[in-house]
Amino acid sequence: MLHRSAAPKTLADRPEHSPSSPLSVHDMTVAYQRRPVLWDVDFDAPARSLIAIVGPNGAGKSTLIKACLNLLPRASGTVEFFGRPYREARSLVGYVPQRESVDWDFPVSALDVAAMGRYGAIGWFGRVTRRHAEAAMEALRQVGMADLAGRQISQLSGGQQQRVFLARALAQDARLYFMDEPLAGVDAATEATIIEVLRSLRQAGKTVIVVHHDLSTVPQYFDHVLLLNTRVIAAGPVSGPESVFTSENLKRTYGGRLTLLDQAAEAVARARGG
Amino acid sequence: MLEDLLRILTFRAGYTAGVVVAGCTLLGVASGLIGCFGLLRRRSLMGDALAHATLPGVAGAFLIASALAWLLPEGVQPKSLGVLLTGAGVSAALGVLSVHGIVRGSGGRVREDAAIGVVLSVFFGLGYVLLSVVQAMPTGTQAGLKTFLFGQPAAMSVRDAQTLAIVAAVAMVAALALYKEFRLLCFDEEFARVQGWPTGGLDLAMMALVVLVVVVGLQAVGLVLVVALLIVPPAAARFWTDRLGAMLAISAGIGGGAGFVGVSISALRPGLPAGAIVVLSAAALFAASALCSPRHGLLGRWSRHASLTRRIRLDHALRALYERLEVAGTGQSPASALPRQDAGAALTGVGGASAIRWLARIGHVREDGDCVALTPSGLLAAARAVRNHRLWEQYLVTHADLAPSHVDRSADMIEHVLSPEMVRELEAALESEAEGAEHGPRVPTSVHPIRHAASEPHAAPRSSTEEGPRA
Repeated sequence: MLHRSAAPKTLADRPEHSPSSPLSVHDMTVAYQRRPVLWDVDFDAPARSLIAIVGPNGAGKSTLIKACLNLLPRASGTVEFFGRPYREARSLVGYVPQRESVDWDFPVSALDVAAMGRYGAIGWFGRVTRRHAEAAMEALRQVGMADLAGRQISQLSGGQQQRVFLARALAQDARLYFMDEPLAGVDAATEATIIEVLRSLRQAGKTVIVVHHDLSTVPQYFDHVLLLNTRVIAAGPVSGPESVFTSENLKRTYGGRLTLLDQAAEAVARARGG
Repeated sequence: MLEDLLRILTFRAGYTAGVVVAGCTLLGVASGLIGCFGLLRRRSLMGDALAHATLPGVAGAFLIASALAWLLPEGVQPKSLGVLLTGAGVSAALGVLSVHGIVRGSGGRVREDAAIGVVLSVFFGLGYVLLSVVQAMPTGTQAGLKTFLFGQPAAMSVRDAQTLAIVAAVAMVAALALYKEFRLLCFDEEFARVQGWPTGGLDLAMMALVVLVVVVGLQAVGLVLVVALLIVPPAAARFWTDRLGAMLAISAGIGGGAGFVGVSISALRPGLPAGAIVVLSAAALFAASALCSPRHGLLGRWSRHASLTRRIRLDHALRALYERLEVAGTGQSPASALPRQDAGAALTGVGGASAIRWLARIGHVREDGDCVALTPSGLLAAARAVRNHRLWEQYLVTHADLAPSHVDRSADMIEHVLSPEMVRELEAALESEAEGAEHGPRVPTSVHPIRHAASEPHAAPRSSTEEGPRA
């Protein structure tokens, strides 16, 4: 325990956390009231990858994201983005919250929402200028929503609303994205569009961390996986010789939930096959 | 009386009256603007708690200033508006802090609405007790603190009205300057925090603007009703638009209009309570908005519902006739006319004989003695209705894996709302042919046997009279 007392100043000095890593989480614990929701989370996100966070309900998936973004207080631990604390790395980090987190009757258009991704760059008292509006429009185009840019957001389907949320994050032009269940309850066309966008983000050298609920599509969509159930059960590549997406690990993550385990076994078999 | 009103409304009732009316109009504009953000942030009732919480401040400030004046005779003027409004602002801020304190102190077990109720009543009660103390004082009765309860613009001096106008204008400018920030905060606070906006500070700024408006509005509208100026105009404006910018403009207009008209009317007779009349003017505009706005108003919704109902009935009637003509005809060409009895039977579900008369009246059906035939326009409309229905049915069968016997009902529900784009999409999905130019819409065959309304009006088993599937 000696190395603890002589804790290095930044995570980058620790051998297990690389300095270039988009996200380094060390020893993070988060508690609601007295119940720990996340316990001693250590995680290093590899650059240029699509990472799924999976785990049962109440495993702390959303909490992990929110604690990283300082939306929830951490009981302990450090989080760094590209070797810097969040306050200094804000513009590099994009966030797609759960769709249910806002009131979709709010009087704004799809373009207005996408333009909110630019507010950080615009700064205090500034207006959304033509340049920013064009960036927002381009983001809508990427998610196939350019035709509906002027539509009030309550007039959009659930999948379209999700795409608008994604466009808002894209408009920010970040290097690391957090997405909280972007594929929950969306139609097949939206799912395909979102996955296409995720892949083009990876192509552009960005990293995307996605809370994902569907084990069967993990091998198809993601490179890396973080298996979470209050603690990190395992984290690593989805396929290949070092794969952590094994039925053994899934069993440890999901405990005795049999139906899920069947689904998991199937998913693992698919990962091995392809 | 009408003349007087006109004189006041056109600012010809003297300088003071003109300044007061202008000040109250600006107050209405500012509160209309700021109220929008409060409404969207779901903090509307906070304004009410805050307004009631000003009373102990007003009375307390008067008492303290009186005591000081007694100690240092040449010092403070207890009745000066500045002193009273400062007291009002301080106790309003204390009221807001108390609401937050109660919610937080209870660990979330007392929710904000309950905390608002507690603070509102306790502060108002305390204020009323202090007010009775003030009135028992020899100087108290002339202090005119009671006007703060229900407002009395007639009692305002030119300086009071100027102060009111300036503060309202400042609050207005501040709200507009923070438009983008407030919009983000109201829509998605979490996202605002992730972007690094000080959401706590922005909330505080929003509350401070509400305090400003409420405090300067006390003399004009009174603390019991000033909150209406913060809630009613934005609520009315929401009926007219789905854009925040337009909502702000409309709400400011309604607030300003209510302030203008209300204060003008109340200036007619000394006894008329200005606050109540301002609020009633705003309420009248709200009622008009709720009724008449085209998109979200009641009348608009009723008429849209009525026209959709009529359209569904028409589609059903035409489809029933067309399908009966198909059965009576041969192969691809439907028969041209039906015996009146058959037509009536086909239309049982939509009114029978009266439906025939209705269709004839709107020119879709021709009555020829004992025969009933579709006119060219009726045939076109019928073919289109049948076509939409069958396209949708085919889509459900081929793409949604429904059994043909189950599709009729789902198709019934959706076919009337198919837009031309959706029809084109369906056609593309089904690789169906586009409309033939000469013969009107090409009608695909039904995926399920056509049932006869005559034999079994409701969901008849498919065995009896119909032919087999033609798809």
